[in-house]
Amino acid sequence: MSEFLQHLINMLVLGGTYALLGIGLTLIFGIMNVVNFTHGVLYTFGAYIMFIVVQQLGLNFFLALPVAVLAGWLLGAAIELTLLRPLRGSDIDTTMLVMIGAWIAMQSGALWIWGGVAKSVTTPFPEAPLVLGPVSVSWLRLFVLAAAAMLILVTYLLINRTSLGRAMRATFQDHDTASLMGVNVDMIYTSTFAIGSSLAAAAGALLGPVYVIFPQMGDLAAVKAFAIVILGGLGNITGAVVGGFILALAEELGAGYVSSGYRDAMGFLIIIAVLIFRPTGLFARAERVG
Amino acid sequence: MTRALGLVRTLALATALFGSAAGAQTIKIGVNEPLTGAFAASGTYVVNGAKIAADEINAKGGILGKKIELVIEDNKSNPTEAAAVAEKLITSDKVPVLMGAWGSSLTLAVMPKLMEYETPMVVETSSSGKITTTGNPFIFRISPPSAVEAAAFKGIVDKLALKKVDFLVINNDWGRGTAEDFSKMMKDKGISIGLVETMDQGAQDMSAQLSKIKSSDSETVIVTTAVDQLTLIFKQAAALGLKKRIITTGGSQNPDQIIAQAGAAANGTMHLTTFLPWFPDKTPNPEATNYFITEWKKRGFEFAGCTESFRGYDGIRTAAAAIEKAGKAEPAAIKAALWNINIKGLNGDIVFRKSGPEGKESGQSQPNVYLIEINGGKVEMKTL
Repeated sequence: MSEFLQHLINMLVLGGTYALLGIGLTLIFGIMNVVNFTHGVLYTFGAYIMFIVVQQLGLNFFLALPVAVLAGWLLGAAIELTLLRPLRGSDIDTTMLVMIGAWIAMQSGALWIWGGVAKSVTTPFPEAPLVLGPVSVSWLRLFVLAAAAMLILVTYLLINRTSLGRAMRATFQDHDTASLMGVNVDMIYTSTFAIGSSLAAAAGALLGPVYVIFPQMGDLAAVKAFAIVILGGLGNITGAVVGGFILALAEELGAGYVSSGYRDAMGFLIIIAVLIFRPTGLFARAERVG
Repeated sequence: MTRALGLVRTLALATALFGSAAGAQTIKIGVNEPLTGAFAASGTYVVNGAKIAADEINAKGGILGKKIELVIEDNKSNPTEAAAVAEKLITSDKVPVLMGAWGSSLTLAVMPKLMEYETPMVVETSSSGKITTTGNPFIFRISPPSAVEAAAFKGIVDKLALKKVDFLVINNDWGRGTAEDFSKMMKDKGISIGLVETMDQGAQDMSAQLSKIKSSDSETVIVTTAVDQLTLIFKQAAALGLKKRIITTGGSQNPDQIIAQAGAAANGTMHLTTFLPWFPDKTPNPEATNYFITEWKKRGFEFAGCTESFRGYDGIRTAAAAIEKAGKAEPAAIKAALWNINIKGLNGDIVFRKSGPEGKESGQSQPNVYLIEINGGKVEMKTL
């Protein structure tokens, strides 16, 4: 029983970060319809910003987090302005190829600057874990869970309760009508991509100190983010959050009770099942056809 | 503009010609190591150790009157890349001998290429038994196979009063091979084997596996993986309140790095290593060990890397000794000469004995294995 409780705690901590990864991508992939291969690199970028600010500049850990989010926002905006804006209107394959190119170039850039050897970031949290009866969890992971929950809530409110969010939804539903209604469509494209990117950077900044930081760290994260978005339904924030927790649960219980060798396969088995039985994702609403 | 382009082209051509002309004045040794990916830290250490050996040899005048030149390629911790890199080194750079490829799965992927191009390779790190038992006569290994580690560990099993043991190993030829060889040895000793958990080489979160191990009824966990994943395991085990004795194998732990990154979580853990940089006087070749450590520090590398980098140093010295003995830089002659070398490695004499099926034996040297314990942030030696 205590083992099961520990697995549930692990799932909660892991799921929070998966959800954060998922919502950033669901904005870009789900709402903007851009197959964003740079999502993983932005995750890596956020982690390296933490490394620079905390380890190299010796500044405060909590100060470094907003710096990483802001840096992610700026890099995202730059990608949108230089790569995506000139390509708007071209077919999805062209955009996809350009994004793959950007991913490879940025990953090689990280390798060139920081080298292939993993870096780690020191945190202000105590080494001794929080022990609650039979289960225990590290303070750092609890902080990451709380920060992720806050970011998810902020994003949800931004999309559903603000005029910017309304303009975003309108733009990606019908680009021309939104434009006729006075929405600055160019600005909406840039901000949506920048917000999605800053969420990826935030996930990297939070998880980099938990794990280790290296140029390819974003690859597995990006694969999982795509899986979560497909699981939850494209463009659905609630779906991405629940999808994140489902993936974490599948991995934890799969590794705990089936076989640890297949840990990363568990999530994808679920996704295959979802694609067969509910191809639009678990939480997709019925869509109008035509 | 056209003229400028023409100039660039001439320059490029000149560099290419000059480059190949300069190449003929050196003897090349191919180095196939993971410099990116999951094993980047370890592979980089090995390459830095290899460079110390090359510089030392060249400072003394090189071999056969020529300088040696290391052609270093990154296999990206990926078996497919390791095989491709080996092919490139042999066919395009024309190296007569290779050193590599760090991981067992990487080395196993390179092995068919060695057969195809009949080029020998000094294996400096890999420990899977399969490497020297499948009948590849181009393999010359200076690192201990996991069965040798298990045999060396046998002596201390009673002293540690082991009763039941769990395994947490990297999910590749190295990890699974170690779990198999150690299980066999322990069953013979009457120790029961509990869980055998695996983790992907790129995995960063091992909490699920560790939670399972935490609730098992064993008192010891044998962990096999490289340093980056090990530090994560120590941190995550501490966060889960896992209080079992942890013993690591494979010699790629860099204990000082574990102390630095895992802090108090590293105390009480034991590690099977293949080098003793902390106690140069206790190594088989103290003078060479001291030289190597001094040179390593002089270059500004972290001391923690010594336990890994010495493999690169010994590997290149082995290849160079064979080229010298062969009298020419040709693969067949070097392969024959490798059987006849006897050099003082940092971890015992490097002499190859036959291993594997008759007629196509691989070479296997017999290095030492040590057990160390981390206590109060310091490394202590245990007698095996």
